[in-house]
Amino acid sequence: MKTTAALTVLALFAAAPAHAGVTLSFACDSTGKGYDICKAGADAWAAKTGNTVNVLQVPNEPGDRLALYQQQLAAGSSDVDVFMIDVVWPGLIGAHLLDLSKLVPANELSAHFPAMVQNNMFNGKLVGIPWFTDAGVLYSRSDLLEKYGFKAPPKTWDELATMARKIQDGERAAHPLFQGFVFQGKNYEGLTCDGLEWLTSFGGGTIIDASGKITINNPQTVAMLKAVQGWIGTIAPEAVTTYGEEEARNVWQAGNAAFMRNWPYAYALGQGEGSVIKGKIAVSALPAGASGHGASTLGGWQLAVNGKSKHTKEAVELIRYLAGPEEEKRRAIVGSFSPTISSLYKDPEVLKAVPFFGSLYDVFVNAVARPATVTKAKYNQVSNAFANAVYSVLVKKQTPEEAVSGLQSQLARVKGKSW
Amino acid sequence: MADFEARRARTALWLLLPTLAAIALVGGYPLFRTIYLSFTDANLGSGTEAHWVGLENYWYVNEDGVNVGLLADPAWWNAVWNTVLLTLTSVSMETLLGLGFALVINSKIKGRGLLRTAILVPWAIPTVVSAQMWNWMYQDSLGIVSSWGRHLGLLKVGQSVVANPDTALWALVAVDVWKTTPFMALLLLAGLQSIPVDLYEAAHVDGATRLQQFRRITLPLLAPALLVAVIFRTLDALRIFDMPYVVKGNAPETMTMSIYARQQMIDNAEFGMGSSVSVLIFLVIMMFTVAYMTLSRVEGTHA
Repeated sequence: MKTTAALTVLALFAAAPAHAGVTLSFACDSTGKGYDICKAGADAWAAKTGNTVNVLQVPNEPGDRLALYQQQLAAGSSDVDVFMIDVVWPGLIGAHLLDLSKLVPANELSAHFPAMVQNNMFNGKLVGIPWFTDAGVLYSRSDLLEKYGFKAPPKTWDELATMARKIQDGERAAHPLFQGFVFQGKNYEGLTCDGLEWLTSFGGGTIIDASGKITINNPQTVAMLKAVQGWIGTIAPEAVTTYGEEEARNVWQAGNAAFMRNWPYAYALGQGEGSVIKGKIAVSALPAGASGHGASTLGGWQLAVNGKSKHTKEAVELIRYLAGPEEEKRRAIVGSFSPTISSLYKDPEVLKAVPFFGSLYDVFVNAVARPATVTKAKYNQVSNAFANAVYSVLVKKQTPEEAVSGLQSQLARVKGKSW
Repeated sequence: MADFEARRARTALWLLLPTLAAIALVGGYPLFRTIYLSFTDANLGSGTEAHWVGLENYWYVNEDGVNVGLLADPAWWNAVWNTVLLTLTSVSMETLLGLGFALVINSKIKGRGLLRTAILVPWAIPTVVSAQMWNWMYQDSLGIVSSWGRHLGLLKVGQSVVANPDTALWALVAVDVWKTTPFMALLLLAGLQSIPVDLYEAAHVDGATRLQQFRRITLPLLAPALLVAVIFRTLDALRIFDMPYVVKGNAPETMTMSIYARQQMIDNAEFGMGSSVSVLIFLVIMMFTVAYMTLSRVEGTHA
């Protein structure tokens, strides 16, 4: 026994110089099966290269993760080499991240959705490479569409309101709690996402344009807010102003809603064993507003390297491997993570595992980014202000006109001399 | 003699030193650091060093003539108003209910021991857990409170008391009262038990009624315990963060001072501004404390 132990120790010492591997710390995912799927990918790279990856346990809530990473990065810590970062973070923590523009070959980058690559540009630096994407989609109850004589999910918000009304009126007899439409109406980042989708589909811009100009104060924004305010208490419950993603999904998955706006993750759960709406779900692009086209807010996660990392060469190799076609394909199949590499949406194996990736391809490609890159460190203030204004209209504390002009001056205050 | 006194004072100082050092380290340093940061533009996201900006976080009129300081921010004053409203209503209701509970538990009734334990349950549950529990009870379609509301005809389908901006704060007051009444009852029970029984016996012999006994014996003798309990709860309620945040997040109608501070510091990464908010919270709480202290001193001279 003792001899074996001694031999093992010797073997370890002997092996060390031959491998010369480094140990990387990786702050990755923790939602659902995210940790295990992430670790499997990191371990595969480690086995291939002789390095070690220590995948850290991170908070479940993205907001809590951000708070933690911000403190570490601001303190100049090199403890974590690689971060998985949200699509709105490059502007918030980009100053602390490694510039990847000369380290990742152009042909690898061009395989990803251009909008997601562009979103990772911060002050002329490329601070992350796309890993998986998210976009808001419309869920419809296919059985109820058929029952009430509708051939397809709604194409415009007006259609949605009419259809939701009809289905709700019909269903209330048997299900007194039935609702036409549920979405994310709570005063938080989720409302910024939903609000931006309505805003863009009404042709009201993206709150702040790419040059940093505040564009929110326009008649389309007012028209949008009026339309949305009209849903509250008619096709959507008044309490939708307390709903986040999961609250909306709970109502939907209990069979109590005709339509829902949510991210793609809700599909797999709705189709899961024991779900009362299994096989009754249609997923489509979000409806169009006055602009004539619909819009989905871009979500998703990137891989980034700490600017203070002591192993940047290996860290860049790791993220290039993880965001490469082989690993993104594996993750799409085992975890239904939407790939950021466009060609994977035509891959038969991926489409077999997650059929709606095919029909949603355009939604992912055309997703609208929140104005995070241009507003940099002030993005959260901008998002808070926007969500707050939309919220005050939803709860009928402000008229759309008041909310828009108030938001305009508040954003100007946040902006100050420049973003 | 004087020499002895001086030596005693010196010894006392030495004995106090570890405590003072500990307080300076865990209380004084963070406090002064926060006050210092409140005069800077420290930001976690910008990646630049913090600069001294004087009072700009509190009061600053920019080139466009707009005051962007904290003291001119309606959201801050809204948070102050919400917090004070929540504190005043919830503490007064808790005090009344807690006193009632304490009187009941203090009387010789059957199953008193069980009652005393049972009453502590709401206080013993971690706030985040009980807040989430209430959140679900208030939920519009599945929550039991909303279901009762619909049966009573007070709520329509899709409505809930926490979703309505006019009732949300009161819904939160109810949760706070539910949670902290036991604490109040326990503190007051301890006060009641320190009142000697013979006082009541003497009053009884003198022919005093139950109400007279309560007004002339119980209340005056309970006053010190009552005051301590009210101060404790007031200071606690003024700092409230967890329960309203779990139920309503950053919603303006229930935003408290601490939720506002968190939003500035964590969401916005503005450590300077967030520190200014913390300093103001400190001042508000100190005002309440001084008011109570003065009040208690006045009471003390009366007794």
